[in-house]
Amino acid sequence: MKGFRYLENVATLRFTSDRCTGCGRCVEVCPHQVFEPAGEIVAVVDRDACMECGACRMNCPHDAIQVDAGVGCASGLLHEWLRERNLSSSNRSCCS
Amino acid sequence: MNTDMSKTENKKNRNGETSPCCCAEAEPHVERPPCCGPPATVGGGEINEKVPGFIGWLSTMTGRVPRISSELTINDRFSAWKLRWGIGRMSAVLPPGLYVLGKPERQDPVVVTANYKMSYDLVRHALAGRNLWLLVLETFGVNVWCAAGKGAFGTEELVRRIEKTGLSQVVDHRLLLLPILGATGIEAHKVEARSGFRVRYATIRVDDLPEYFDNGMVTTTAMREMTFFMRERLALVPVELVMSLKKLAAVSLLLFLVPALMGDPGAGAGAVLAYLGAALGGIVVVPLLLPWLPGRAFSVKGAVLGLAMVAAWYLSGISRDVTVYAKVAAFVALPAVSAFHALNFTGCTPFTPRSGVKKEMRIALPVMGCAVLAGVVLLLIGLIPRQ
Repeated sequence: MKGFRYLENVATLRFTSDRCTGCGRCVEVCPHQVFEPAGEIVAVVDRDACMECGACRMNCPHDAIQVDAGVGCASGLLHEWLRERNLSSSNRSCCS
Repeated sequence: MNTDMSKTENKKNRNGETSPCCCAEAEPHVERPPCCGPPATVGGGEINEKVPGFIGWLSTMTGRVPRISSELTINDRFSAWKLRWGIGRMSAVLPPGLYVLGKPERQDPVVVTANYKMSYDLVRHALAGRNLWLLVLETFGVNVWCAAGKGAFGTEELVRRIEKTGLSQVVDHRLLLLPILGATGIEAHKVEARSGFRVRYATIRVDDLPEYFDNGMVTTTAMREMTFFMRERLALVPVELVMSLKKLAAVSLLLFLVPALMGDPGAGAGAVLAYLGAALGGIVVVPLLLPWLPGRAFSVKGAVLGLAMVAAWYLSGISRDVTVYAKVAAFVALPAVSAFHALNFTGCTPFTPRSGVKKEMRIALPVMGCAVLAGVVLLLIGLIPRQ
């Protein structure tokens, strides 16, 4: 994504190349061009650009991709932490 | 298909992995709103002549389908503007099902979108002059990306909607065009296995759809690349502002009342103005200046802006009559206020992973908390009458 980079070495993306058949679905769905075709299969070329949306994992028919998918939202995480500690009963997220 | 963004909390899904929804995976066959997200708690209802842009009916093998206009009325544009400010959220929903633009034949493409009014309007407007089928999924009035994150714009709903509309009898081909940002909720291979329809992800932005069709339904690199231009960031600011109003009002009241009760309402008013300035810096200015503010962490960007604002206030001479305690308190606490609100903007951005935000929060929140506490203590010390 041009002009924007977030923290490095945090993304939980894991790619098992042995399972990849090179169908290209991950290349098709990734909005940050984390994957690129590499010969018969694909390769992770920009892991730090991963926003952990999980689209690649959902659309990989061979379970070659694992990622702890979720939404990087400070407000949502804060509410989640408060609920876990029983400090808030609100079910709201940052967008509601 | 749009790039509106909002964020949700995460729970474990049936695969034992985190999914950006607290309930959508729990009972996939039940049609009901996600338990989190914007307060759109009703479904879209049944299709009738009152659907937005209705101009007539088209007979198909499975019954009549509404033909809709690509023209947006003044009311459509006004409702979109209101939605940017968080107004009319509950009524921004339309019935799920099959719609048509132009006069499509059995071989014409099927475009899939959400039943959020703004998504629907953007799609029908962008595709003016084309003949195609529009399959609108029941996402309970939530836009494509957010609904995909919650699982509402998902495999189950897509397969269910294909069956309910009898799509396989309406068109001859077996191809669905989906927004790329919907891929978070869709397992394309499972959709094909269960419905016979292949999924092709078209573009991220609805504005690119005309070029996509003109390009022979081939996605270019630019069409699958996320952007976050100034106008896209600006569009997110109003609703962020509206959502912060209650918190801003509550803190402002407290900041005014405490000094006022200690006999110095002037100090209270000053504290409120300083707080609101710092908060608005984080809510409004940080999103606009995002690529140019130093640092990768949003809290750092916010703190730098807050510090610059306090420095400008100090150097301008306006602070002449303010006590030393209050001046130091401003330098300590206000950057933290800006940083906190800047950190909240992570939820609106399309490039911050959950792991990264967690890491930033673990480091930044304690620092912010200490800074604000120190600022409050300094303010209170400054209010104690001297002998």
